[in-house]
Amino acid sequence: MAEILKNGQVHSDNWQVLHLEADTDPAAQAVAPGQWLVPFNVWVAQRDAFKTRAGEIGVWLSATDDLNAVAAEFAAWPLVAIDFPKFTDGRGYSIAWRLRNHHKYTGELRAIGNVLVDQLFFMLRVGFDTLALDPKVSTEIALKHLTPFPDTYQGSTDNPEPLFRQVDRVLGGARS
Amino acid sequence: MYRYDDYDRALVKARVDQFRDQTARWQAGELGDEEFRPLRLQNGLYMQRHAPMLRIAVPYAMISAAQLRVLAAIAREEDKGYAHFTTRHNLQYNWIPMARVPDVLARLAEVEMHAIQTSGNCIRNVTSDQFSGIAPDEVVDTRPLAEIIRQWSTFHPEFAFLPRKFKIAVHGAERDRAVVQVHDIGLHLYRDDKGEVLARVWVGGGLGRTPILGEIIHEGLPWRHLLSYMEAIIRVYNLEGRRDNPYKARIKILVKALGIDEFRSKVDAEWASLKDGPATITDAELARVSAYFTAPAYAQLPDTDADYEARLASDKAFARWVQQNVHAHRVPGYRAVTLSLKAKGQAPGDITDVQMDAVADLADAYSFGELRSSHEQNLVLSDVELRKLPELFDKAKALKLASSTVGLLTDIICCPGGDFCDLANAKSIPIAKAIMERFDDLDYLHDIGELDLNISGCMNACGHHHVGHIGVLGVDKNDEEWYQVTIGGRQGNDTRLGKVIGPSFAAADMPDVVTKLLETYVSLREPEERFVETVVRVGLDPFKLSVYGESARDRANKKKEAENG
Repeated sequence: MAEILKNGQVHSDNWQVLHLEADTDPAAQAVAPGQWLVPFNVWVAQRDAFKTRAGEIGVWLSATDDLNAVAAEFAAWPLVAIDFPKFTDGRGYSIAWRLRNHHKYTGELRAIGNVLVDQLFFMLRVGFDTLALDPKVSTEIALKHLTPFPDTYQGSTDNPEPLFRQVDRVLGGARS
Repeated sequence: MYRYDDYDRALVKARVDQFRDQTARWQAGELGDEEFRPLRLQNGLYMQRHAPMLRIAVPYAMISAAQLRVLAAIAREEDKGYAHFTTRHNLQYNWIPMARVPDVLARLAEVEMHAIQTSGNCIRNVTSDQFSGIAPDEVVDTRPLAEIIRQWSTFHPEFAFLPRKFKIAVHGAERDRAVVQVHDIGLHLYRDDKGEVLARVWVGGGLGRTPILGEIIHEGLPWRHLLSYMEAIIRVYNLEGRRDNPYKARIKILVKALGIDEFRSKVDAEWASLKDGPATITDAELARVSAYFTAPAYAQLPDTDADYEARLASDKAFARWVQQNVHAHRVPGYRAVTLSLKAKGQAPGDITDVQMDAVADLADAYSFGELRSSHEQNLVLSDVELRKLPELFDKAKALKLASSTVGLLTDIICCPGGDFCDLANAKSIPIAKAIMERFDDLDYLHDIGELDLNISGCMNACGHHHVGHIGVLGVDKNDEEWYQVTIGGRQGNDTRLGKVIGPSFAAADMPDVVTKLLETYVSLREPEERFVETVVRVGLDPFKLSVYGESARDRANKKKEAENG
């Protein structure tokens, strides 16, 4: 059992991430019993077989997956995860934004991979709602760093309104 | 200039607290070096050759006397008594210990300054024209929209980990003084027949290893759509820009690979759902920010002054300073004045704490307490009364800030180079100093006329060598420092990249090389023709001939030698 962050709290969680084994045909990739996040190509190859495992199979996306193809399928998944292979690879932020805003995905969206403390605020802003921390990260420290800033200048998925539409910033005016 | 309200203050303070906490976690070993690296870079903190380098943002060139005094105090108390103005308006310290940085940032926050996003693979400090708001050829004052862009890009959640750094420059005058075509996004603001502000949007420019001029992606973009349109550009770049090779990761490589038309169609597709959405800038927001940039309380003055004219007629040194360092102003009786940071023997752009304090006093006394930093690494007093020019000249001269060389050969743009920078392949400051030493005859410099000499210590091109009329690039060949020379580059409306004249030179040869280039120019020039125009007219060959000599064998040998290192 692993721990994830959700709504500013720690939750235990049974989802495991399945990586396609080397030299394996996605159609032939074994998926053990339990709750699994599978690569999108494994989903495509085995979606009929997965029908009997409703609620058990979610999909994790990499930056190369075609979001239009993903959008045609995601209604069948209990959650979608986006992988951060390295925390400096920022594609996941825009993928999350597109999934939420262009493709109107409203289900659970989880950040997985190299998910570290100082990026959590950004992840929550662009549309992730659950965060599977990198195993080396302390959940206790992470929880203290979810909202380093009191306001946001620009809109994103969490609040599309930029600060200038959120509040009245009259010249020299004080914070209301 | 812009002043923080409670929201800005709270955000910058939160950033200081965040970085203090990050530094503490790094020191405690909770954050590894690799994990801390982008966090410190996004606070302008580099690990350099000798010590950390801290880069402070000077947004779109604007700085107040009060801010400059605090920068001086930090230089004095936390550094070694000096700092360096960069080619992107910013200011760098070289000797502040890591552990002191959070306190320094807290001190800067008190005067509404920060180091946010002055480095790292994110949207950097937006740059502009150092004469915004005062230039006679200005059509649109860029500062309100530049400030709106600054706020939008600050802590942008989606664009903090782009493939590579991302630089935005804005100009709004007839003449481009912000070199917008060598930026990831360049904006040229202008007005349509009805006075509505529109932007010509350039994308994919940049210097560095692969210098490329930007291409026009959008013509006539109404100002209110600037943020949503840039969001579309940067989202496409964030998703599709190369991440496998840092040298091919800038947006220019993506734009070249796709072609501007294909890139544009991707941006347009992205923009379709953003246009007219919440990122659209409101009239109220533009009005709110514009109110910070109203003109100061100018006096009603004639555009001439008897004492000034008398001094001009009698004092050649003063007349030269006026000719080179004093610039036209839109208000009669006022001028803008460049305080040169290029005195002989000085590293270009360097300034001492004493000079900073003195410049702050000059700004208070002569320029409504405001000044600008130019990308040519000088300071500008933007609103000086014409009649005060003689006394300002005397004071600036006493401070060694009145070299009458702005725009001339020795107004060298120069990166910190191998003396300080960890990325550099070669030193750049000693080359600049040697050239300044060689060419210290003002008569000769004025005869040579307008000439941009730009020096970079490596491919990253912080010294903008590609757009120098003469460009010098430090290269490393088997651990030796060599210098490659380009000519014919230029900035401005007709920005061009210079062409390499041939094999590179040893440091000691550089003053001779420049001498030969200048001799060639003098022998070939037509009346009123600038160096760069002669290069364009006659081509590279006469210059190559004078530098490398007649013997083809000589040249071939040199080339061979250089290749063998």
